[in-house]
Amino acid sequence: MMAIQAATFPKGGVHPKENKDLTNALAIEPMPYPSKVSLFLKQHVGAPCEVSVTHREGPSIDDGLLFATEHPGALFRLLVDKKDRVREGDRVGEIGTNLGAVLHASVSGTVTGVESALHYQVGKAPALVIRTDPEAEAMRPVYQQTDWRDFSKEDLRKRIAAAGIVGLGGAGFPADIKLNVKPGVKLDTLLLNGAECEPYITCDHRVMVEFPHEIIEGAKILLTVLGITYCVIGVENNKPDAIATLNDAIAQAKPDRVFKIEVKPLAVKYPQGSADQIMQSVTGRVRPSGRRSSSIGIIVQNVYTTKKIYDAVVLGKPLVERVITITGRGIARPANLLVKIGTHISEIVDYLGGTTEDLCKVVVGGPMMGFAVSDLNVPITKTTPGVLFLSHAEVDAQAHGPCIRCGFCLDACPMGLEPNMIGLYVEAGKGAETEDFGFLDDCFECGSCAYACPAKRPLVQFIRLARLEIDQARKLKEAREQKRKTA
Amino acid sequence: MAKKISTIPHESCDGVDGHHLLVSVSPHLKTDITTARIMWTVVACLMPPLVLSVFVFGFQTLIITAVSVLSCVATEAVSQKLLGRPITVKDGSAVITGVLLAYVIPPGVPLWMPVLGAVMAIFVTKIVMGGLGFNIFNPALIGRAFLVATYPVAMTTAWLEPIRDWAIFRNLGSGVDAVSAATPLYVLKHYGMAAVLEQFGSRLSIYTDFFVGMMPGCIGETSALLLLLGGLYLIYKRYINWHTPVSILVTTGGLTWIFGGERLFTGDPLLAVLSGGLILGAFFMATDYVTSPTQRSGQVVFGIGVGALTVLIRLKGGYPEGVAYAILLMNPLTPAIDQWFKPKKFSQGAVQ
Repeated sequence: MMAIQAATFPKGGVHPKENKDLTNALAIEPMPYPSKVSLFLKQHVGAPCEVSVTHREGPSIDDGLLFATEHPGALFRLLVDKKDRVREGDRVGEIGTNLGAVLHASVSGTVTGVESALHYQVGKAPALVIRTDPEAEAMRPVYQQTDWRDFSKEDLRKRIAAAGIVGLGGAGFPADIKLNVKPGVKLDTLLLNGAECEPYITCDHRVMVEFPHEIIEGAKILLTVLGITYCVIGVENNKPDAIATLNDAIAQAKPDRVFKIEVKPLAVKYPQGSADQIMQSVTGRVRPSGRRSSSIGIIVQNVYTTKKIYDAVVLGKPLVERVITITGRGIARPANLLVKIGTHISEIVDYLGGTTEDLCKVVVGGPMMGFAVSDLNVPITKTTPGVLFLSHAEVDAQAHGPCIRCGFCLDACPMGLEPNMIGLYVEAGKGAETEDFGFLDDCFECGSCAYACPAKRPLVQFIRLARLEIDQARKLKEAREQKRKTA
Repeated sequence: MAKKISTIPHESCDGVDGHHLLVSVSPHLKTDITTARIMWTVVACLMPPLVLSVFVFGFQTLIITAVSVLSCVATEAVSQKLLGRPITVKDGSAVITGVLLAYVIPPGVPLWMPVLGAVMAIFVTKIVMGGLGFNIFNPALIGRAFLVATYPVAMTTAWLEPIRDWAIFRNLGSGVDAVSAATPLYVLKHYGMAAVLEQFGSRLSIYTDFFVGMMPGCIGETSALLLLLGGLYLIYKRYINWHTPVSILVTTGGLTWIFGGERLFTGDPLLAVLSGGLILGAFFMATDYVTSPTQRSGQVVFGIGVGALTVLIRLKGGYPEGVAYAILLMNPLTPAIDQWFKPKKFSQGAVQ
């Protein structure tokens, strides 16, 4: 086979062992209904909204009110009450402000209330719980196919918003908001992100292999909404089958000559799938710090999100389920599972035959940016790409040593930052003085520095602490000034 | 300001079937390159010159090196124990210091001398400064500088003529009295190039002898060939960059060529590069992570500085060799160089 010419970004990056062969040949497998789902009320990027859980009519869910007071903001209006029967796809949550995403029942069943559930990123968060019953699965809705070309741009966007689509790559940015480009912004490229650079994770890979036509049609929908004609799909070249199927789908869709869609193979290098890096790899353009990608004429969307946008527009299907990669040597049977949003990891483990003897660590998300959990009672969210069950052999639990100033982290950082210095400052108790290193806007905590560190220093955590201390120092300063003014 | 780190009680973690799950911060994958692996690789790369030195200067070089290494490791372990710090001798950095210290002292010194150098190198230069990663100067070179200052006669005259008859036990126990040779740079400095040619043979045989390591000098500095092999392996493994050694060798060779002869542009760059421990310093000392810049651009500046100072000391200073002091003089400039040559930010130069 001829070597594929692969584009990449020049600065930084690392090459962790991919471990994708555990699951990359396994077809997507739908998991039956779980016994219950816990739908977090916030699974997206969004501004805090009004602190109230109101109900269609009558009293609010009492537990909901409790959580509303415990978690000010970040809630939206619930449309259901305890003991309500809901059908899969029913809208159960409304956006409080203009930034946010609506929430749908991911299963048919009975609402049991709003409970505090373990969230792998934020600790505990309020979640709407729906219990299923033996008859529930039969109540699954049937979606009707429509021709998206009949819709106006505004209608297309409304259909995307109504389906609660958010960026599935991890950021969770509401898809319809991203498509609402301000007038005057000049766009020329839609970049579909199929890099999937996190090791182990193969959900986007399988979606590209199994749903190439949906992705290409989804791309056309996005191009139509954005009013541009060029789309490029960036895929790391460790997925030759995905590149081939996408190219076939593009060739078959050729008859309409309005759009130009092409696939660009990318070199395997982490973090190839980060927005800044993939934009530079594919187009050579560099996003100025603190600006949006649209400022350099590009809209980036994940390939799986594009497929979900197709479902939303053509089938009217809301975001109620997603493919997640369950992998690692600590699970009895690795799989690419199609699960309902809100399914608890414990039920997924039971379905796949349990964990193995030498399970050491469970990570929700990818191994580079994911979160380790101590408990399996954790629900899947719209932005969970996978769950890793790592055995002792796959986990490096060495204690960290002092910085030896080797500079490996400086070579690894794709943003040209200085993780070593930030780490030294934080260790010395001077985290609040690290603002001058200019990482606040640029560091997206990809973990390349900590991966490369031979002293095994938790550099990402040092950076998080530095952020926290800068924030605290700023608040303290503001409070002091406030005091001085009033005095 | 001390940090309070709260711990999560174990009971709150249910885990799986009663087994607790390991929880840690991302990333969950780490490179298999560790500090210890780098250090021990450097030690391994330093071994060939030691083997050669046994055959060139005699078996006592092995003993001197062993004493030096053991003293360094013991100094580190004891001082860390007394200071109540974790004992880190397993990371191999004290072993490197021990080997390098032995390599930069003459092969005819008494055995107690490396012990003193080791205490100076490890305790004063490293442990007192805060341990690995916090020393300002290269420990082994401070050890050497200390010995040169306190025992100048032994440190500048205990040279041995290379053994050419396999009698490697000849110099055992002979100590400082067996002085019988002068280093080529010493001869060059005090008697000129003609004397060097007279004493060490034709130019070509000088180059080949010096390249292999058949010349009077410190224990581990003489064999350019074996040091280059080790240094190139470290570059191949990407543990060090080529920028520091190359800029040192080029600067030293170039400046010696210009200023090292009786007239301008008549100096011998090859002799300058092959003698006086320049290769050892360029590949194994000036590349010390802790005491040299992290950015490639900074490493080039550091290397040019080391090269220029080496030539300055050799030609105008009181010592025939100059690498050790050149590196020690550049070491404290490292933080400043790192400030001047910062990594280029991703969006630097992007169109605003």
